[in-house]
Amino acid sequence: MDAILFLLFAAIAVACGINLVVQTHPISSALSLIGVMASLAVLYLLLGAEFMAAAQMIVYAGAIMVLFVFTIMLLNAGAEQRKGKSIIAKVLGVPALIAFLGLVSFLIQSLLPRSEEVKFGAFTGGTAQAIGKKLFTEYLLPFEVTSVLILVAILGAVVLARKEI
Amino acid sequence: MPTSVPLNWYLILSAILFGLGIAGFVFRRNIITVFMSIELMLNAVNLSFISFSYQLRHVDGHIFSFFVMVVAAAEAAVGLAIILTVFKNRATLAIDDVSSMKN
Repeated sequence: MDAILFLLFAAIAVACGINLVVQTHPISSALSLIGVMASLAVLYLLLGAEFMAAAQMIVYAGAIMVLFVFTIMLLNAGAEQRKGKSIIAKVLGVPALIAFLGLVSFLIQSLLPRSEEVKFGAFTGGTAQAIGKKLFTEYLLPFEVTSVLILVAILGAVVLARKEI
Repeated sequence: MPTSVPLNWYLILSAILFGLGIAGFVFRRNIITVFMSIELMLNAVNLSFISFSYQLRHVDGHIFSFFVMVVAAAEAAVGLAIILTVFKNRATLAIDDVSSMKN
């Protein structure tokens, strides 16, 4: 069951990722990115990261992608103009990408020859309780600094979106 | 059909998604799509953080990917505001046309 779920959602993630890169219209790319994020959330659940799966769906697939889709709609972004591509890119592009990914896969397999099998439920430390405990004891300073970062981001967005600039 | 997959496969999936993100970042000409490719790369890194966290039976990787997520949210807000400003000033989304720092 774990293998079927992994293969299914990994295939969906890779297919959506390829679609993101090859589509000319930004709204199709945005919807593909939502597909990637949703299937990654399922894989997080398989790895025992239930809080991160929920945060992935709410923060990434919810908040951030709504911002993206909103911007695409606001700017009325059309399909991208394709310039004349070079012959080398047309002939060698896809084979080179496949060769590169094959090389990376081979390297990962040979560097970590005996990695363990992933079993659903073998790691249960990813609950909201465990993450909250870590976040508010050991990682309290980075957490507080992050709140300042978000404040700065909000101010920056407001300043950039004003009329005069 | 095996009942479970080795952890390597998660890392390979992460590498594939990261490679696709790099390809989109390099080859696409629309500024919004380039930005979405960056988000795809951040997601791929999050997957490998959580895989290593599973292997080490330690929750620290989750915290790291939580911070990556927060920084990505802040980055999306500022980046999209910059895209809006660029579009307001130049009325284009093609990154080839935004080249006033080139000369």
